[in-house]
Amino acid sequence: MLKAARGFRQSQEFWLVMVTATLVVVLSILRPNFLSLQNLLDLMSSYAYTGMLVLALFVVLIAGGIDISFAAVATAAQYAALTVANSYNIGWIGVTLIAAAIGLSLGLVNGFLVYALGLASIIVTIATQSIIFGLVLTITRGQDIFSLPEWFTRGVDWTFTVSPDGTEYAINLQMIALVASLVVTWLLLNRTNIGRQVYALGGNPDAARRIGFRVFGLNLFVYGYMGLVAGLASIVLAQYTQSVSPTALVGRELDVVAAAFLGGASVLGGAGSVLGAALGIALLAIIQNGLTLLGVSSYWSGFSTGVVIVVAVVAMARDARRRWRDSPGM
Amino acid sequence: MNFLELKSVTKRFGGVLALSNVDFDLAQGEVHSLVGGNGSGKSTMIKIISGVVSPDPGSRIVIEGHAYSHLNSVQSSRLGIQVIYQDLSLFPNLTVAENIGIGFHRGGVRPVDWGAIRRAARGALEKLDVELDLDAPVSELSIASRQLVAICRAIVADAKLLIMDEPTASLTRHEVDALLALTLSLKAKGMTVLFVSHRFDEVLEIADRVTVVRDGVKLGTYEAKGMTERQLVTLMAGKSFDYETSERAIDRSRPILSVAGLSREGQYEDVRFDLYPGEILGLTGLLGAGRTELALSLFGMNTPDRGSIAIDGRPVTLTSNADAIGQGVAYVPEDRLSQSLVLNQSIGGNIILPVLDQLTGPLGLIVGSRRAELVRTWIADLAIKAPKPDDAVKTLSGGNQQRVVIAKWLATKPRILILDSPTVGVDFQGKDGIYTIVKDLAAKGLAVILISDEIPEVLYHCDRILIMRKGRLISEFAAHRSSEAELKEAVYA
Repeated sequence: MLKAARGFRQSQEFWLVMVTATLVVVLSILRPNFLSLQNLLDLMSSYAYTGMLVLALFVVLIAGGIDISFAAVATAAQYAALTVANSYNIGWIGVTLIAAAIGLSLGLVNGFLVYALGLASIIVTIATQSIIFGLVLTITRGQDIFSLPEWFTRGVDWTFTVSPDGTEYAINLQMIALVASLVVTWLLLNRTNIGRQVYALGGNPDAARRIGFRVFGLNLFVYGYMGLVAGLASIVLAQYTQSVSPTALVGRELDVVAAAFLGGASVLGGAGSVLGAALGIALLAIIQNGLTLLGVSSYWSGFSTGVVIVVAVVAMARDARRRWRDSPGM
Repeated sequence: MNFLELKSVTKRFGGVLALSNVDFDLAQGEVHSLVGGNGSGKSTMIKIISGVVSPDPGSRIVIEGHAYSHLNSVQSSRLGIQVIYQDLSLFPNLTVAENIGIGFHRGGVRPVDWGAIRRAARGALEKLDVELDLDAPVSELSIASRQLVAICRAIVADAKLLIMDEPTASLTRHEVDALLALTLSLKAKGMTVLFVSHRFDEVLEIADRVTVVRDGVKLGTYEAKGMTERQLVTLMAGKSFDYETSERAIDRSRPILSVAGLSREGQYEDVRFDLYPGEILGLTGLLGAGRTELALSLFGMNTPDRGSIAIDGRPVTLTSNADAIGQGVAYVPEDRLSQSLVLNQSIGGNIILPVLDQLTGPLGLIVGSRRAELVRTWIADLAIKAPKPDDAVKTLSGGNQQRVVIAKWLATKPRILILDSPTVGVDFQGKDGIYTIVKDLAAKGLAVILISDEIPEVLYHCDRILIMRKGRLISEFAAHRSSEAELKEAVYA
């Protein structure tokens, strides 16, 4: 027990908790409404898309790869699913299935290419990002979809409590999707054999191959999962923003990548926990939301996000460097 | 009864014959050692047994009475053959328990059976009678403990034959003893062990039989009892390496290097010696005696507090390695992998590094023809054996890597060459080659300081030997008037 506590104090997660807690305390002193239930619910809704993608990207990073194409995949899935929904009455299930199918297939293509070409995944997925995004722009001519079906824009809200002053607090699609992604990703990584194989692959690819783990299958699994989640997250996002634009997502991937690394993933693979990923998302959301609440110009948002990430990562890197990989004999 | 037999096993890679008609057998429950130099074919034999490569048609592998023309790795594992590679093939990010029970992770989205994994891990540790924290990440373990994890994993995988590839290469003496004891206890439990090592003292201590391979041919299998290290070396290399001390004529009229009263707080104290052109000066002593620190001072990378250094009679101040290189000093550090070589670069790319400025043309750009000529010269001069000069240095054997490092420094045309433990991790033939190179260089007038742990090395290959202890030079020997026993006495007393 003691030992576990000591392990936690040295871990990435511990630092993240400390940084996050400090920010929460500072922000709630400066802006009392920061910790209000409404603000927290709003945060969850607005970071659902980013959060889902961070979790999925985390799986790819643990396997030792990276995927840059998720925003393009999400754009394609979103655009296709809602274009069909505007012409046919396919309902929630139809929209979800189309987005999931497109996301999954594009993800599998990534997984196949990374394995078959034997190239660095960052190069392969930059290429597929470019191809997918190029196709989407060509087909859509860059046009937004202005009107969405009425049932879609209405969304899903379950009011769970009403405060004395009459404000309704509701659980919506975004929150459910985010929490579900968290639970599913955690179960996959920690409670299934394939999840542990993903960790093994990221920790020592040669050894994983020698043990007889099927590296091709694992590649399809992690990139497929990334694509599937990107497809689903795109619907969650469209419902939240009430719009579909082919140009809104691509080019803004770095929030997701930053939160994943902040959460303790390593470019070398094998490292990181779902708790860390969740904290990474929370930290990113709190920084950006805090700045807005403080009235800082949105132009500064990127700058400040960068600074906090650098500070947090420097604090964590010292430990990580000691623990990871430079250990001889691996 | 034999657990395994290889019958007329041949393997060609491209046109190269890696194994030629090898017959080999492993008796059930024996510890068998396989020895051979680099490129002897012993790795190919292991790969054939473990199913990583297939032998050529006509070869037969017989395991517990069943004959196979070739194996794949899954088959080999199922037949009870487990290899512990030199890199151990562990997962640094996973715990001890999970590394041992990694085989339980087969099969997709089925839930992990953590209970079974822990039971298996605990069982294996008990069988070896060792204790490890099941929940510790492997990255936090010592090399010796990691090796135990790898052995436990093989046990969990129902190993009947355990192949250990150079298992002692990075262990301390104490850990080696523990590993050898463990190997014998596995043998007592009925395990067959194939032990690959080029430390012959270990081989003879532990093995029942020894098989020697050279150039893809099996020279023979011998009872370990009654074998000597010298016999093994001679068999393995095809010639004997009996060195003798020698007295060479050295002109001691004018020292090239004079060190007087050199001190650096906490590292070495009042060091005084002269070095003459053409002389090979040995510097030995226990680890931590201050040898490397002194050498670094002579190379400008560890500025002394007091004392003087004179090169060619002129006092010099060496405050950076650029100063030292300018004065004609070259230093080949102990750890060639991390401090001397760019492993992914070609041989040529490594050799030219310290002399880039001499290869440039009028525009300050490197002239290809000059580069090629320099590289060609050194590869020939030092007889570096490589298929192509463009091959990455990491593909070379230890002895050839060391030659590349020496070539790199000789390219700076030094007058004083400091070699820090140049033969660590190099096999007998490689060592012999390095000694020959050093003697040739000295004969041409280069002054050499050879730092080494190994007393025979300094005794048989140096003219004079200085012994250092706790930062002080405590005695000096003329090689041709000394013996191993005398030097040992001086070092360890």
